[in-house]
Amino acid sequence: MAEVRIELIEKRIGQKPILLPLTLTVHDGEFFVLVGPSGCGKSTLLSLLAGLDQPTAGRILFDGSDVTDLEPRERDVALVFQSYALYPHMTVRQNMAFPLTVVPRANRLARKRIEEEVHRVAGFLGLLALLDRRPRELSGGQRQRVALGRALIRKPRLFLLDEPLSNLDAQLRASMRAELLRLHKELKVTTIYVTHDQTEAMTLGDRLAVLNQGRIQQIGRPHDIYAAPANLFVAGFMGYPPMNLLSARLGMESIQAGPLHLTRPPDRPPTDQEQTLTVGLRPEDISVEPISDSGGERAGFGVVRLTEPSGPTLWVTVELKDHNEAITIIGSAQAGFTPKIGDGVTVSAPRATLYLFDPTTGQRAGSS
Amino acid sequence: MMFRHDDQAGSMMNWLRTRGLPACVLLLVGLFCLAPVLWQTVTSVKPDQDLVRLPPLFPERVTSVHYDRVLLKSSLPRSLGNSVVVAASATATAIVVGAFCAFALARLPITGKSVILGVALVTSMFPPIAVISPLYLLMRELGLRDTLVAVGLTHAVYSLPLAVWLLTSFFQQLPKELYQAARIDGCTPLQALLTVIFPLARPGLAVAALLVFIYSWNEFMFALTLTASDTTRTAPVAVALFPGLYEIPWGDLAAASLVVTLPVAGLALVFQRHIIAGLTAGSVKG
Repeated sequence: MAEVRIELIEKRIGQKPILLPLTLTVHDGEFFVLVGPSGCGKSTLLSLLAGLDQPTAGRILFDGSDVTDLEPRERDVALVFQSYALYPHMTVRQNMAFPLTVVPRANRLARKRIEEEVHRVAGFLGLLALLDRRPRELSGGQRQRVALGRALIRKPRLFLLDEPLSNLDAQLRASMRAELLRLHKELKVTTIYVTHDQTEAMTLGDRLAVLNQGRIQQIGRPHDIYAAPANLFVAGFMGYPPMNLLSARLGMESIQAGPLHLTRPPDRPPTDQEQTLTVGLRPEDISVEPISDSGGERAGFGVVRLTEPSGPTLWVTVELKDHNEAITIIGSAQAGFTPKIGDGVTVSAPRATLYLFDPTTGQRAGSS
Repeated sequence: MMFRHDDQAGSMMNWLRTRGLPACVLLLVGLFCLAPVLWQTVTSVKPDQDLVRLPPLFPERVTSVHYDRVLLKSSLPRSLGNSVVVAASATATAIVVGAFCAFALARLPITGKSVILGVALVTSMFPPIAVISPLYLLMRELGLRDTLVAVGLTHAVYSLPLAVWLLTSFFQQLPKELYQAARIDGCTPLQALLTVIFPLARPGLAVAALLVFIYSWNEFMFALTLTASDTTRTAPVAVALFPGLYEIPWGDLAAASLVVTLPVAGLALVFQRHIIAGLTAGSVKG
C-alpha cells in the first residue's frame, strides 16, 4: 500500500508529446481511475508507473521515495493487462504462483507456503477447480480472474489495471466491476485503473482524472466531475447520453441557442449584454413532450430524429429548426410519452442546470 | 445419349486439367530433382564390374560390398563422428549466442537495432572464399589449425546471422505484454527470457537449430581448408577426398555420399513443416 505522487511527469517519443507535464497524487488505499479517449496517454502513464517505460522528465514517488529509476521488480507493483498476458505454457496454478517463484532465493517462500498462497487467492477468486488448466482452456472471465490472482498473490504496494474489463461481454463486465470493488474493499491496496469507458470510471472510482491529449482535464470525485465539469471536453465526455453543447447568446433574462429559448433564473447576476457562449444541458434535464401539451414553458419545437430506449428512460434526439439554423439536442421523453421518429414535439427545460463555457478557451464560465 | 457422352468427355477433360496435368508436371520435376540421388543409390549397390557398363540400367545382382568398405574399412565413420561433433557444437554456440542477441534486439531498449540487423545480414553475404585466407591465417596463429574447434567455431560464426534474424522475428512475434508481465511479476530481463520467452519460442529455436545443423553438416570449403588429417575431417570433406589411387571408386563414393546425406535429409523431412513455418515467420500474422 502506498501513496503515489507523480511530479511533472512528461513523456515524448521523438518530438511527439505523449504526456504533457502533469502532476497528480493518488492517496493511500484509494481506487483511482484514469479515464479518457484512446490515445490520450492514460496507458502510457500506467507504463511509467509500472516502470515499463521511462519518462522524458519528472519524478514518480511512492510513499515519498523516488522510484523513477527503479526497475519494475524493485517497485513492487502489479499490473493487469487488457490482454491478460497469461503465460500460455503454464497452468493456472503456475501462472498465479509465478510472481512468488521468481523472487530471489533468499526471500523466496517455501514451496508449501507458495501452494497455500495459491489456494488462498484461488479460493478468493473462485478458481480452485481450474488450477490445473492452461489459459487457452479458460473462458474470458476466468482468464481475467487468473490475471487478477497473479497480480494479487504477492500483495503489491500498488495495483495497476489497464482496461481489464474491455474484452469481456457486458453481463460479465458488470459482475467483474462489483468483484473488483469487493476486492479493493477487502485488500485496501492503492489501485489505479485505466479505462476509456466513462460509465466504468463513474461507478468504480473514489476519484478520477479525465485525460485528453496528454493533459489532465479535471481531477475529482465522480459526482463532482459530473456536476461541475471543468471544461467542454469533460462536459462532453462524462455522462451518457453526452451533454448537449450549443452555441448561444446570453441575454439579461434569457439564453438563445438558435431555435431554442431558455429562461435564466432571476437570481443570477447580470452579465455583459449579448455575450456569445457555449451552453451545456444534460439530456436528463431536457423534457420532450407531445406538441399538444400546453402547460409549462416551452423552449422550442422540433422533429424527432432518433429514439433510444434505456430502461426507464427514453432518450429522444430532436432536431429544432428556425429560419436560419438547425440544432440537434438529446432529451428524455416525459413519463408515459413514447414519440416516434418524425413526430413533432416540444422541448422544455424547466429546472435545467445550464453550464456555460467560454467558446474559445473551452473553460467553464459558470452555471445558471 | 450423345449428350451424356459429351458430358463424360467433358468431365474427363476437366479432371485432366485440374488434376492430371499438375500431377504429370510434379512427377517430372520430382524425377528431375531426385534422379541423381536415384542414380547414386543404384550405383552404390552395383558390383564393381557392372559399374561402367550400360545396360543394364538396374543391377542384376545387388551387393553391399561398397557399404561394407565405406562403413567398416574407411575413415568415414570417424568423419561422420567429427561432423556430428562439429555440427552439434556449432548449433549449440550459434543458438545460445544468437538467442541472447535476438532477444536483446527484439525486446530490450537498444538504439540502432535496424543497423545491427543490417550489418549482420551483410556479413552473412560475404562469399566464404573471400574470407578463407585470412581465416586460415587466423586459425593457424591461434594454434587451432586442423582442430574440430576451428571448424565448429567458423560454422557457428557463419550461421550466426541466420540464427539472429530468425530468432529476432520469432521473439517479436510473441506478444510484448508477456515479457512486460514477466518483468512486472518480478523477473530480471534474463529470468523473463529463460522462464517465459524461451519456452514459448521453442518452435523457433528448434527451426533455427535445425537450419544451422544442416548448414554445418553440409559445409565443405571451410572444413576442407581448416582440416588436414583424417582425425579432424568432416564427412563432406572425407567423401571428396575418398582414397582412389589408380581409379575412381565410384561405388564407394556413391555409398559414402548416401550415408552422409541420409541424416540431414531425414531431419529435414521430419521437420519440414516446422522449417517452412520458421522461414515464413513474421511474414503473416498468426
